[in-house]
Amino acid sequence: MSILSLRNVVKQYHNHRAVDDVSFDVPYGSIFGLLGPNGAGKTSLIRIITTITAADAGSVMVDGKPLDNLTPRQIGYLPEERGLYKKMKVGDQLMFLAQLKGLSKPDARSKIEHWFKKFEISDWWNKKVDELSKGMQQKVQFVATVMHEPKLLILDEPFSGLDPINTNLIKDEIHRLNENGTSIIFSTHRMEQVEEICKEIVLIDKGRIILEGQVDQIKNDYKENIFRIGFRGKMPANLIGSQFEILRDEADHVMIKIKDGYSSNELLSALIDHDMQIESYNEIKPTLNEIFIRKVGSSHE
Amino acid sequence: MNNIKHVIAREYFTRVKSKTFLLTTFLAPLAFIFFFGILGFLLSRGSDDEKKIAIIDNVGIVDKSQVERRNIKFDYSYNNLDQALKDYKEDKIEGVIVLPAIDINTERYEMIYHSDNQLAIDESESLKSMFRKKVRNYKIQKLGIDETQLKLIDTKIDLEPKTVVDKDKKISSITSAVSAGIGGFVGYALFFIIIIYGSQVMRSVTEEKINRIVEVLISTIKPFDLMMGKVIGVGLVGLTQITMWMILIVIFSTIGFSFFGPDAVESVAQTSPEIMAEVQNSAPEAKDKMASVIQEIVSISWFKILPLYLFYFLIGYFTYAALFAAIGSAVGDDIQEAQSLTMIATLPLVISMYIGFSAVTSPNSSLSVWSSILPFTAPVVMPVRLPLDPPLWQILLSMVVSILTVVILIWLAAKIYRVGILMYGKKASIKELFKWMTY
Repeated sequence: MSILSLRNVVKQYHNHRAVDDVSFDVPYGSIFGLLGPNGAGKTSLIRIITTITAADAGSVMVDGKPLDNLTPRQIGYLPEERGLYKKMKVGDQLMFLAQLKGLSKPDARSKIEHWFKKFEISDWWNKKVDELSKGMQQKVQFVATVMHEPKLLILDEPFSGLDPINTNLIKDEIHRLNENGTSIIFSTHRMEQVEEICKEIVLIDKGRIILEGQVDQIKNDYKENIFRIGFRGKMPANLIGSQFEILRDEADHVMIKIKDGYSSNELLSALIDHDMQIESYNEIKPTLNEIFIRKVGSSHE
Repeated sequence: MNNIKHVIAREYFTRVKSKTFLLTTFLAPLAFIFFFGILGFLLSRGSDDEKKIAIIDNVGIVDKSQVERRNIKFDYSYNNLDQALKDYKEDKIEGVIVLPAIDINTERYEMIYHSDNQLAIDESESLKSMFRKKVRNYKIQKLGIDETQLKLIDTKIDLEPKTVVDKDKKISSITSAVSAGIGGFVGYALFFIIIIYGSQVMRSVTEEKINRIVEVLISTIKPFDLMMGKVIGVGLVGLTQITMWMILIVIFSTIGFSFFGPDAVESVAQTSPEIMAEVQNSAPEAKDKMASVIQEIVSISWFKILPLYLFYFLIGYFTYAALFAAIGSAVGDDIQEAQSLTMIATLPLVISMYIGFSAVTSPNSSLSVWSSILPFTAPVVMPVRLPLDPPLWQILLSMVVSILTVVILIWLAAKIYRVGILMYGKKASIKELFKWMTY
C-alpha cells in the first residue's frame, strides 16, 4: 500500500501534453523527491494530486482511495509561489484556511496556537501579513500547510527565500513530521537537498518519467567506476594500460577509471606493490546533480 | 458547499471590520447632510456685510416704514442727489438709488444706482423684485384697473389625468412627477452601487490571483464555490452598507433639520426673490402642493416596490459581479488590460443609465419598455419605471429574463474564472476568454 499511487496519468492542454502517461507510487512514511527541470510537468502533476485540475486519463489514489472532495483535507500543499492575504491578520488568515480544511473553530485555534508556540511567533496573531518579512511569511505559510495534520505533505521548493537558520528549523520540522508518519513529496531543483532529504525520487521531463527509484540505487546505477586514491610517494608509471585510465593526476591524489570487466580489487593490487603509500581509497559516485544534468541534457539534445 | 460559507464570512467580515468601510459608511451620509447643511447656511446668510443705501423717491411709491431688506438698510432722508453724493464721498452711505417718474405707457422702468461699487447679483435681484411690486401697484392704480379682475385674467391651468377602465387606479398630475423623481433617483443610485461593489469583486479576485493564495484555496474549495462566495460576501457588504446609509441619513437629517432646518429651508427659498414672490403670493397653494407630494410618496405601494428594488439590485449586482469576477481572473496584475475589459463590461450599464434618464420622462416609449426587459439594461431601467406602474406582464417578463441572464452569466463566468485564476503570464485576449469557456 502506498499513500499516493498514480497509474497512467495524462494531462493534455490545447497543444501540448503536460503529463504523459505517468505512473509511480509514494510509499507510506517516505520522503519522496519529485524532480524535473522547469516546465517538465511537475506543477501540472501536483495540481492533479491536489484536485486543482483533473487528469484527462489514468487514476490517482490517495491513501488507497480515488480523489474526491475530501482528499484535500488529507493533503498539505505548499506551492512554490507563496501566497497570503497581505491585508489580513495572520491569525484570522490561518483560521480561515484551517476551516476550509474542515477543522472546527476551536480545533483550528488550538492547532494554530500550538504551531505558533513551537515557532515562537505567538505575538504575530494580530499582525498583518505585509508587516512581516519574507522569511516570517514563509513560516506562516508553513503553518498553514501543516496545521490540519495532513497524511501527505507536498512541498514545492520549501526552502527558497529562507535564511540558513529558518531552513534548518523547517528541515527539522519536516523530519519530525516524517518520523510521526507523515508522507512527504518534496519538489525542488536543488539536488543537494534531495540527496540529503529524499530516499526515493522520480525525475520527469517533458511530462514523462525518465528516471525513478531509490537514491542510492540510482547513484549505483550511474556510477562509472571512478576511484580517488590519495597517496604519498610516486605513482607507478606503468599503471596506464588497458585496464585503467587516469583521469586526473595531482601531487597527492589521482582519479582513476576502471574499465569494464575489471574490479576495484585489481586496481588496488596493481598499486599495492609499488613504492607508494596509499592513504585513501574511495569510489566516486556521481551526484544527483550530475545525473540530473546528464539525463535532462541528453533528452533536450 | 460548507466551504462557501467560510469564504462568504471572510469576504464579509474582513470588509465590514476594515477602517475604509467604517469611514465610508459613516462619513458618506454625514458628508451628504453636511453639504446640504452648509449650502443652506450659506444661502441663508447671503452677503454678510451690511449696506446703507439712500433712496431718493421722485414718484412717491416707497413705503418709508420698510427700513431694510436682507442686508440692505434704506435711508429715505435725502431729497436731492447732490446731497446724497456728498455723503457718499464721505463714506456715510454705500450708494444712492434714484427713482425717476413712471411712464405708465411703457413696460420698462429704469432706476439708477449711483455708486462705484456694483451690487451683488442677489442684492440687485432682491431690490428689483421689491420695486417691481411697488411699480405694479402704482400702474394698476393709475390705469384704473380692478385688482380682482386682474387676478382673474391670470389663469392657473392644470391637466388632470382620469382613468378610463381601471377605476381603482389612483392617479393625479403630481403622481407621475413624484414617481418619475423616485424612479430616476433609484435608477441612478443602482448604477453607482452596482459599479462600486462589482469592481470590489474584481479587486478581490485579482488580489488572490496576484498573491497566489488562490492555488492553496483551489486545492480545498471548488473554483465555483470560491467565486460565488466572493460575489455573495461582497454583495452582503453592499446590502449592509446601503441599509446603514438609509438609517444614518434618516437619523442625521432629523438631527440636522431640528438644528437649523426650517430656517435653512426658508432662506433657500428667499434667495430667489422670484420664488419668494411666488411663495408669498400663493403660500397656501404651495403648502397644498407640498402636502400632496408627501401624500403621493406615502401612497406609492412600497410593499410592492421595495422587494422589486431589492430584486433588481441583486440581479444587477450578480450580473455585473459575475462579469467583473471573470475579468479579474483573466487579467491578474495587468492593469491596462483590466481597464479596457472593465470599460467594455460597464458600457451596457452606462447606456442603461442614459436610457433610464429618458425613461423618467417617457416611461412607456418602446426604448424604455424593451430596455427594461432586456438583459444588462433591465436592472437599471426597470427600477426607473417601477413607481410609474408598468404593466404586470412587462415586470414578470423582465424578471424571468433577468434571472435567466444571471444564471447563464454566472455559469460562463465560472468557466472563465476556473481557467483564468491559474493562468499566469498569458495575455487574456477576448478571443482567449471565449476559448476558456469551452475548456
